[in-house]
Amino acid sequence: MKASKFLIALAAMLLTPTVALSAGAGGTTKDVAFSFEGPFGTFDKHQLQRGFQVFHEICSGCHGLKYLAIRELARADGPSFPEAQVKAIAALYEVPDENGEPGDTREAKPSDKFPENNGAGAPDLTLMAKARAGFHGPMGLGLNQMMKGIGGPEYIYSILTGYTGEIEEVAGRELYENTAMAGGKISMAPPLEDDLLEYEVHGEAEDEAHSYSPPPATADQMAKDVSAFLTWAAEPQMVERKEAGFRNLVMIILLSVLLYYTNKKLWAPIKRKA
Amino acid sequence: MAGIPHEEYEPKSKFEKWLHQRLPIGGIIYSTLMIPTPKNLNWMWIWGIILTVCLVIQIVTGIILVMHYTPHVDHAFASVEHIMRDVNGGWLMRYMHANGASLFFIAVYAHIFRGLYYGSYKAPREITWIIGILIYVAMMATAFMGYVLPWGQMSFWGATVITNLFSAIPFVGQPIVEWLWGGFAVDQPLLNRFFSLHYLLPFVIAGLVAVHIWAFHTTGNNNPTGVEVRRGSIEEAKKDTVPFWPYYVIKDLYALAIILAIFVIMVFFMPNYLGHPDNYIEANPLATPAHIVPEWYFLPFYAILRAITFDILFIDSKLGGVLAMFAAIAVMALAPWLDTSRVRSGRYRPQFKWWFWGLVVDFFVLMWAGSQAATSLIGTISLIGTIYWFGYFLVILPLLGITEKPLPQPKTIEDDFDSHYPPDGQKSSASSQAPSGVVATPAE
Repeated sequence: MKASKFLIALAAMLLTPTVALSAGAGGTTKDVAFSFEGPFGTFDKHQLQRGFQVFHEICSGCHGLKYLAIRELARADGPSFPEAQVKAIAALYEVPDENGEPGDTREAKPSDKFPENNGAGAPDLTLMAKARAGFHGPMGLGLNQMMKGIGGPEYIYSILTGYTGEIEEVAGRELYENTAMAGGKISMAPPLEDDLLEYEVHGEAEDEAHSYSPPPATADQMAKDVSAFLTWAAEPQMVERKEAGFRNLVMIILLSVLLYYTNKKLWAPIKRKA
Repeated sequence: MAGIPHEEYEPKSKFEKWLHQRLPIGGIIYSTLMIPTPKNLNWMWIWGIILTVCLVIQIVTGIILVMHYTPHVDHAFASVEHIMRDVNGGWLMRYMHANGASLFFIAVYAHIFRGLYYGSYKAPREITWIIGILIYVAMMATAFMGYVLPWGQMSFWGATVITNLFSAIPFVGQPIVEWLWGGFAVDQPLLNRFFSLHYLLPFVIAGLVAVHIWAFHTTGNNNPTGVEVRRGSIEEAKKDTVPFWPYYVIKDLYALAIILAIFVIMVFFMPNYLGHPDNYIEANPLATPAHIVPEWYFLPFYAILRAITFDILFIDSKLGGVLAMFAAIAVMALAPWLDTSRVRSGRYRPQFKWWFWGLVVDFFVLMWAGSQAATSLIGTISLIGTIYWFGYFLVILPLLGITEKPLPQPKTIEDDFDSHYPPDGQKSSASSQAPSGVVATPAE
């Protein structure tokens, strides 16, 4: 009886995360149904390829991805780019040359990390999907994160699609009104607009007769795709982790069942149930 | 080792006899494993084993993490990402270590509140209780310093806020803070010494755990009735107890498997749920996060720290908060002398029960208040919670012993056990068969 009360109390404790309240105006996160959500969720490789294209052609102008190794783009549970193409992608980036003079650069190899880039004061994006919580409710308890996830990818999507078109000049700097940004203003100009790029088909397109045809590159589609890509970049081993989780869970449940019957049989004579 | 009469170890094989004459280790292992344990222990007596396993998990994963971690302000954050991405199984080690800390605290709070409810702190178990509080304090210090090591935003600003608390000490406060920092700001020297101490303290905890076990193996376990095991003879003691091996080893392993299933769900499916997103941003001394919030297990005491927003005589509000926070932990250690009731278990204390569950609710309210931005409403709630916390230990526990009329207790542990598992298999006649004065409370 008391034990069950304690367990309820403990469950409540488990459900209490340490989330702070979102501040003031803005801070509205839209919910998006991504393929990688939930215990069974996996990445959609085509979406990751499209998302990478958005990062490569648009975001990388200002933002870096300094903790992500370029070779990860070949991961089968990730974007699944063919090896040759990963090499070609690597060659498009310049990284510091460790054998040259300070300031010298060379072509990147797949084993290199994506280069740092914060010239415009833009934050690195490798961990952005884990560094922002989109969901806090109800009452700042963060309980909805149990169901919806922490909301990092949704936060990125909401920022990219949250521009109202209003521009305000503060101390000589242009700030853009944004419904997702805490405080309601962001210094990044709206980066996406419809048909800013044309989605390419990678990999198996050449060998497969019926390859997929990419969706039109609307601003909304690009925002979703790059949010998915950045979620993968924040944790390329996410699918591996979930798969390992199922193996472990099955084993531990089996063990629990065996121990339940062992314990029951062991105590039966003591409890006069034998 | 145990004060409860039991059969002594007798070396059987030639090797055992040879060893026993030179080093009586067999006897120590035997009496530790075979210790007579009350046979009516309920599921709240599993947490000790869970805690021991937590300590082992933390030490093993921690030692592996150290092999790949760099305690330098320029490299610490990147080395954690290196562990997550490039080290084989590194992500598993890190997520187990981070969530293992949470499991550790869930278990320790369950363990502490079990002790508070069943009066496990009362004579003759005061030493066990005080060692336990010391372990808890060492755990908090270890967890705090460990959280600083990834050198994220919450690491840095958490370290800044907590070390700055010492500046509240009159006259010598600022020099003490600078001594802790090894400089004039939270920087490389602090990271390096926190790394050193974070590696040291778990082994101090392991030593304290050994003393904790030694102490309660001397007094014997408490149990849900709070009635002591009969010690007249081995036969009498055997009626109240079963040997720890195999009965409680198997029961505890079963409980451990269930708890580990929950742990697996946390580690593999929601590893960042109990963490703070801001700690995935590298520490930046120039950008203060909007809300600096400690990890969940510190929140009740963080709320007490923030509850004191007014000066008390010559003590300013900052020093008052710091004193209240440390006193809130210290007052728990005094419970054995503050509780005046001659009845040990809360099961037979009708008024105490209500106050106890009030304390549990108070703990969660304070935890919630500690997680919220500091508004005047949160301040008021925190203050009420703080008053109840101290009131429970300093006023309620001493007074209840005088005003409360306790319920009748069973004479022996055997009576309690038999009332739930009747000797002749007839449950209906159990209460009539039990000796007079026995309350047929089920052994939970």
